[in-house]
Amino acid sequence: MTEVAVVAFAQSPCRIRDDATTGGVEMLVPIFAEVYRKTGLTRADIGFWCSGSSDYLAGRAFSFVQAVDAIGAVPPIMESHVEMDGAWALYEAWVKIVCGEAEIALAYGFGKSSGAELRRVLALQLDPYLVAPLWPDSVSVASLQARLGIEAGLWTEKDMADVAARSRAAAVANPAAQVSGDVAVEDLLGRPYVADPLRAHDCAPVGDGAAVVILASGPRAREICDRPAWITGFAHRIESGSLGARDLLTASSAAGAALAAGAAGAAGNGLRGPVDVAELHAPFTHQEILLRRALRLGDEVEVNPSGGALCGNPMFAAGLARIGCAAQAIMSGHAERAVGHATSGPALQQNLVVVLEAR
Amino acid sequence: MEIAFDYTRSLGPVLGQFMTALREQRILGARGADGRVHAPPFEYDPVTAAPPDELFPVGSAGTVVTWSWVPEPLAGQPLDQPFAWALIRLDGADTAMLHAVDAGSAAAMRTGMRVRARWADARVGSIRDIACFDPLDGPAAEPHDAGLPEGGFAAGAAAAVAAPEEPVTMTVTPVWLRYEHTASPAESVYLRGLAEGRLVGQRCPVCRKVYIPARGACPVDGVPTDSEVELPDSGTITTFSVVNVGYPGQRVAPPYVAAAVLLDGADIAFQHLVLGCDPGEVRMGMRVRAVWRPPAERGTTAENISHFAPTGEPDAPYESYARFL
Repeated sequence: MTEVAVVAFAQSPCRIRDDATTGGVEMLVPIFAEVYRKTGLTRADIGFWCSGSSDYLAGRAFSFVQAVDAIGAVPPIMESHVEMDGAWALYEAWVKIVCGEAEIALAYGFGKSSGAELRRVLALQLDPYLVAPLWPDSVSVASLQARLGIEAGLWTEKDMADVAARSRAAAVANPAAQVSGDVAVEDLLGRPYVADPLRAHDCAPVGDGAAVVILASGPRAREICDRPAWITGFAHRIESGSLGARDLLTASSAAGAALAAGAAGAAGNGLRGPVDVAELHAPFTHQEILLRRALRLGDEVEVNPSGGALCGNPMFAAGLARIGCAAQAIMSGHAERAVGHATSGPALQQNLVVVLEAR
Repeated sequence: MEIAFDYTRSLGPVLGQFMTALREQRILGARGADGRVHAPPFEYDPVTAAPPDELFPVGSAGTVVTWSWVPEPLAGQPLDQPFAWALIRLDGADTAMLHAVDAGSAAAMRTGMRVRARWADARVGSIRDIACFDPLDGPAAEPHDAGLPEGGFAAGAAAAVAAPEEPVTMTVTPVWLRYEHTASPAESVYLRGLAEGRLVGQRCPVCRKVYIPARGACPVDGVPTDSEVELPDSGTITTFSVVNVGYPGQRVAPPYVAAAVLLDGADIAFQHLVLGCDPGEVRMGMRVRAVWRPPAERGTTAENISHFAPTGEPDAPYESYARFL
């Protein structure tokens, strides 16, 4: 099979931005320029483009078309779009290269999460007959999962606050992070609930942002990048849309994707060596704990050195950014093997896992 | 900006039966191939993908599997005072359904508590025929009306009402979202110019093309368009369409002309109305000028230009606008 590697990554700072539109152009132009600069590529070198974004977030139809302005699509380009996080756009781009239809592909995701009340917008991803008419907001749905885990003894509110504190401390070194800093777990636990048992620190902040990743086939990757992040496995899985029929405590689709991608190998499932870094897309603290278990990541794995989605969760870009951060850990020489993860849907319904390594 | 629309969906055989039963204050379930009873029922078995054999009633009371407290309900949610969301396993079922519990306070909620469906007074065959669930082993809660935004949800739901003897086959879910759009720096310059009766476009630093309305980046080169160009309010019709069909929300009575107008000095046409002449006289190459609203009525909006009207100048030669078609 064609070898494919990540050769560049960039992300915009995650903020509530009053200078950016729902079309994403203002957030994308600078980060496209950044990956061109890092790789020496121009837009003419990109054989396939794929984006992830959402009309529900933008409040208008075909909002992704405006973003194409940021590319400069003259002469015409080969382009596609997914109404998903950019991580799934990256999957399509990877397939395109594996199939031999492109040598270099660029995937991007963008979201102006602050354009509407995000908790309500996300209610519209739920079952349109039986659930969405009740408008269950995204924080409340995650909260149902958090309580289930607490009462099953899988984690405590203190474990969740520990995740928040560790993430914020790690995010100090990440200029793209929206929140960061040293916080005491005891202080966090003294704060009020926003959706009992979730407190504000348990939930990702609402922020606007964009991310971009360039993939290249083997020979091109070696030309472009000193230390490409080679993709050794890439898979995604989905669970039932019926919340009440799912097992909300196993993240079986994350476990299944990890197994298929070869990431759940810390315990001996085909992985050729230990995972150094994992970037997990956990918009809620308890979901990081759940994902660590599903991906069978041991305590020795460095999880979310970027601070993760808890410190910046631009919708439709944050999953791609996790993969980008995992790849960056390899390209920079910090890690030999890394796992990137993205999620979508309520309470970790859909999960995508990519395994990256240095050679 | 507020966006509202009624999602109108056909229900199919399984959900149609389920909704019809809700109207009659019964909740139906289905047995899966693995023996588990799903309530609400599945349309296709999650294991075998087969449709359910038959639906049968489960209890309208059940047990809370997990819950979350909502201190400040959001628009459209089942209750307008603080309540709990809960996954509720109805008696006789193995799966849980998501709904609201009117418990009064978080202190009254606990996993394992018993709750019973409170039926809505006006039932139409919708999941909202269950107003919420009430605690069975706690103090009885005062009944409350559901919180709806002005004119929104109730009006739409009524549209789905089937006659009482007819099975429910459709459901209508009114959707209502409020967006706050921010203007980009380029759009802000364009909109402020409009408020002053000026047309301000932007030039690409690479290909030198002039775009109006301003956009964040040149669609040819993908670079920011950062230098401003003031354009006259006269231009040429590159192409047009005569609108003869009426539609909801239409602002001008048909027939009228929607045209692509290429302002003098611009490199892209934009769509606007052409009024002030018989639609049959409008033609490609026709010269037009903006008709502005009175200064007192202007704001930072494209509506400052009421429409374009013919100038009476000779038509522009085809070659002058051919590359913009």
